[in-house]
Amino acid sequence: MKFAVIVFPGSNCDIDTIKAIEDVLQQPVDAVWHHETDLSPYDCIFLPGGFSYGDYLRTGAIAQFSPVMEQVKKAAEEGKWVVGICNGFQILTETGLLPGALRHNNSLQFVCETVPVVVENNNTPFTADYEPGQVIRIPIAHGEGNYYVDDETLQKMKANHQIVFRYADKNPNGSVDNIAGICNERGNVLGMMPHPERAVDALLGSSDGRALFTSILRKWEEKHDA
Amino acid sequence: MILAKIHVTLKQSVLDPQGSTVTKSLHALGYDEVEDVRIGKFMEVKVNTDDRKAAEERVREMCEKLLVNTVIETYSFELSEV
Repeated sequence: MKFAVIVFPGSNCDIDTIKAIEDVLQQPVDAVWHHETDLSPYDCIFLPGGFSYGDYLRTGAIAQFSPVMEQVKKAAEEGKWVVGICNGFQILTETGLLPGALRHNNSLQFVCETVPVVVENNNTPFTADYEPGQVIRIPIAHGEGNYYVDDETLQKMKANHQIVFRYADKNPNGSVDNIAGICNERGNVLGMMPHPERAVDALLGSSDGRALFTSILRKWEEKHDA
Repeated sequence: MILAKIHVTLKQSVLDPQGSTVTKSLHALGYDEVEDVRIGKFMEVKVNTDDRKAAEERVREMCEKLLVNTVIETYSFELSEV
């Protein structure tokens, strides 16, 4: 299984994400510069955390027009798996691949801590190795993680099981319905504020992020009979 | 040349944490009559054309495409000749 981690100017979790994929899955992974116009070799595409284009205008606003994003949209349409973490999530909402938007945290503070997160839907290729309702500890680090979506869309998302992660106890940013991560209607695009790539070894304080990576490989192998 | 002055604010239905903090701060200073504060962005875009109608169309397009996230924000603009 071949992975791509897209690198935008200002991405800063790209290497963590690459290392997590290498260490947890021992699968080939390329850092792909945002000018790339061919993502056809890849089975799964990660949009990493960071501050693409310095967060100018709005988080993810400029990155959505990087040349590679046309290819990310194409890959998503083809049913390939796309994961946006933190700034990657913000880019996916700006692009319209995921519903809603990420606002400034209601505290107006940057939050950086390890928080308990509930796996609300384990019936996705990204969460299959978690138990439904499992509480995992994953770090967050963001100033704009306050997820917003209008009520009508939220009801549709709930009915379609698109809420993948919720904050377990206190909501760190004021997000609607305590949302920490969502997927698209089809279930092949995931966006989440917590950083699973920072939780892949007990030495890092938690290894609860590993199952996100192992889920992806296992589901892909099942699908391709590998 | 036409200058577009664009105002972007969060939609009324979207909570504005900066606005509420500033409201509280104004209340603390004794401005009790302050009902609500909304904080937004102001942009000036200079467009190299004299065709007002064309400029209006293009600026609207710029807003919808990039300058404004219409999921959470709303905008208005005025044009003037410079």
